[in-house]
Amino acid sequence: MQGNPALTRPGCRERIRVRRRKSENKNRFFLFFFAPVIPVKTSALRAQLEKSLGSRFPAPFSPRPPAPAEMVASGIPEIDHLTGGLPRGCLTEISGPVGSGRTSLLISLLSALTKRGESCALVDGRDSFDPCGAEEAGVALGRLLLVRCTNIEQALRAADLLLHGGGFGLVALDLSDLPIASVRRVPLNVWFRFRRMVENTPTVFMLLEQESCAKTCASLVLRLEMKMARWRSIHKSGSDGNSQPTLLSGLQFNAEVMRCRFERAKSDDGWAGGSASRNSAASDFAAVASYEGARCSFESKPAWTELTKKRRKNSEA
Amino acid sequence: MPFACIHVPNFILQAALRIEPGLRTQPAGILDGAPPFVTVIAKNKKAGSLGLQIGMTKSQAEQIQGLQLRRRSIEHETAAHAALVDLALSFSPRIEETASDTIILDLAGLAQLFGGFEKLAQRLGRRAKKFGLSAQVAVGSNPEAAQLAARGFAGVTVLAADEETKRLGSLPVIALNPSLEIRETLERWGVRTCQALAVLPVAQLSERLGQEGVRLQELARGASERALIPTIAAMEFEEAMELDTAVSELEPLSFLLGRLLDQLCGRLSARALATNEIRLRMELERSEEEIFGIAGKKKETRSGVDWMQRGAASSAPTNPGSDGAERHPERAGLPVRSGTQNTRRPAPTNAGTGGAALRGLGLTSSVPTKSGSAPPIYEHALRLPLAMRDSKALLRLWRLHLEAHPPASPIVKITMAAEPAKIRFAQSGLFVPLSPDPEKLEITMARTGHFVGLTNIGTPELLDTHRPLSFRVGRFNPLEASMPANNFGGSSVSSGVSSASSEDSVALLPATALRVFRPAMPARVEARANSHEGTSDKARENSHDTSHETMNKVHAPARVYFGGVWGDVMAASGPWRTSGDWWTEDSWNQDEWDLEIEFPVPAAKETNAFSRTAFSHAAQKAESARARGVYRIVRERTSGEWFVRGVYD
Repeated sequence: MQGNPALTRPGCRERIRVRRRKSENKNRFFLFFFAPVIPVKTSALRAQLEKSLGSRFPAPFSPRPPAPAEMVASGIPEIDHLTGGLPRGCLTEISGPVGSGRTSLLISLLSALTKRGESCALVDGRDSFDPCGAEEAGVALGRLLLVRCTNIEQALRAADLLLHGGGFGLVALDLSDLPIASVRRVPLNVWFRFRRMVENTPTVFMLLEQESCAKTCASLVLRLEMKMARWRSIHKSGSDGNSQPTLLSGLQFNAEVMRCRFERAKSDDGWAGGSASRNSAASDFAAVASYEGARCSFESKPAWTELTKKRRKNSEA
Repeated sequence: MPFACIHVPNFILQAALRIEPGLRTQPAGILDGAPPFVTVIAKNKKAGSLGLQIGMTKSQAEQIQGLQLRRRSIEHETAAHAALVDLALSFSPRIEETASDTIILDLAGLAQLFGGFEKLAQRLGRRAKKFGLSAQVAVGSNPEAAQLAARGFAGVTVLAADEETKRLGSLPVIALNPSLEIRETLERWGVRTCQALAVLPVAQLSERLGQEGVRLQELARGASERALIPTIAAMEFEEAMELDTAVSELEPLSFLLGRLLDQLCGRLSARALATNEIRLRMELERSEEEIFGIAGKKKETRSGVDWMQRGAASSAPTNPGSDGAERHPERAGLPVRSGTQNTRRPAPTNAGTGGAALRGLGLTSSVPTKSGSAPPIYEHALRLPLAMRDSKALLRLWRLHLEAHPPASPIVKITMAAEPAKIRFAQSGLFVPLSPDPEKLEITMARTGHFVGLTNIGTPELLDTHRPLSFRVGRFNPLEASMPANNFGGSSVSSGVSSASSEDSVALLPATALRVFRPAMPARVEARANSHEGTSDKARENSHDTSHETMNKVHAPARVYFGGVWGDVMAASGPWRTSGDWWTEDSWNQDEWDLEIEFPVPAAKETNAFSRTAFSHAAQKAESARARGVYRIVRERTSGEWFVRGVYD
């Protein structure tokens, strides 16, 4: 401006000043009249619509609250009491080291669901499923779709296809025996995709691994660990000469809720979606202590202990 | 009693156009005859306008620009006729196959069902178009009148009872199909239309032309009465397509298969049927070496080499075992167990697995034959658990199958046959348990089986044996599983620990599950010198079984090494002896132990071997000094080797 001859003429600066003052006044005038009108009109319009539609559509501009998740009994009363069951339409993570009871929980859930007539799918990451034990535990194998994989890529692809196909009461992805490093390398968007696929469906998606990796994508994260193994002595010797003085009588596990991010359906007449209410422990939703950090213990027994009891009863009868 | 007649004019050409709809808009002609006497036997209007005539030789016809020539195909005509029969049967159960291009239907009782004969005839014409045929439809009071009207008049014709003679009168006498002699006689008399023939006196006509003349006159009047000869429709649904140029790519092959499937499913739905088995038979192109028996250069195929090359590699005969599966010896030194079903079958490689993997799904295949005379054949059957007639779903299943098992050579002819079955009726309800849609499930399983192996997806079925962990993977059919079954087998004792029976109401404890290591991990075991470790004092005092004490002295584990780490045995249960099948080569004789093993937390970094041991997690947690787990260890009594079968989890 200093070097500009046009602006150095006398009166020029004054004219520029006047022009600037006029434009500022115009802006102020505009802002004064219109700026408060725009938000006022929108809010008035919104209020008017809410008033006129309120009888038919409550809160039409407010986001709808998420529907409460229907719960399904896991078959373990302590777990059901801790969490209220497992939520449908959500990703549930069960993590823990080897021998921490994850598979027992999975088998119990499979037993509960297949007995109700629901089809279940199990994607076995390292082909470690024992059908004989599952059948003894009460799993209806005819309603179980087993996918035997060898690596994590196959397991993730299979789970993706099964979730996409839909129609299963449970889709379990068992990555427990896969190397932890390979499970950690699974990007978060994969779990997010799985969560979105299972949302608003009646499918329970259960992920078993050694350490939690789905992070915020999981609605329920349970951490299990083995507490102790119980052994008992027996004194009889078998007829074939095998005397087994010690017998595994059960394992005790600890379970801790690491994360709980879902809204449970309230039970009024015991019919909260029909699935969990049939389990007497799970129907008591009001008493569920499902908050992060809550713990419980549960016990499992080998199937042969009950077989022995039944055979003894049959022989006595 | 009214009758309808469907007539397909220019049937030979229409049968070819049904397979290639694109030719309808182009001038086309059909050739037939043995070379060098190949002549034109059929043409369409556009070809006629270009100068093509019936009887022209092939070389003459080829000189016409823009003309599409095809060879006559009996398979196409058979399929077209079958489609016509299915079309007729979809309207009336009583039909007569008068000729390959003409079907007569008995319309008794159908007027109310279809809202009148006019509407019925129009629907017949429309549905014929869906089947790829342009048909002329006529309704008359007797079969001959309907047939005459269908052959003579284009489009849809409905003859009222009192105007049959009048309407048929405009047709030429040739439409009655008289003999040559009678035709010449009528020509000399100047009788050229049916009306002219109809008004002749009967007595004089019979004197001059005999009974044949009287018959022709009745036909011309539309008064001929004859009974319908009903056809017993064969339940055969087959479509074939012969290709002028060999197809070597999957995409165009899928397109052709889709067309065949559309036709098949259309015919099935016309008869209210579905299919649970589809057989595909493809004739493959023979190489020069096969044709001439000389080592000529291999004919280069078009692109899509990868797909065909995989098929060529898979055509090498495989050597399936007695159970139809390829066996692979177990890793880690376990004895090879021939005949066990729980050995994991390998996923299919690009080279394919021959017939072994297909048998699990009821698929049969034949290795392409390389005889001198017969062309190589690719033959597969797709068996479905439930009857379907969704052509898109079936095409997807075939695509997945052909990707996994491609043919060895380009394809020159395709034949597809469907086994008819009753439609599945499924009624859903509010309280019906959740189950996947059968069509979707079939496609999902086929897609998943594509990369994990068809034998690695299904429902586990326990085998009738005492061998530990014996099972096989069978077909997953949730609808069959939901039907009530009589449990005569072992399920009576397998109600499980978690079943809440009235007597064992306290037995709500879940069963302890075993995670199986496949293959079993080899282990080294240090036995305990003192055999009574783990037994109670009373048991020791009462025990007089010296043989067992001796065994315990030798085999009671004290330390176990596997996964790269030594662990201390804190508690042991065993040995549990199991053996069987001693009369076969594949016998087993094992001692099982349940061991509670404690592992130290290793200072070394995590390795893959740690993933199956308890300290895989303990390695992460610095605060726990030891990690415990309960394992099942197995000792092979024949070889003395130890393995870790699994861990209780």
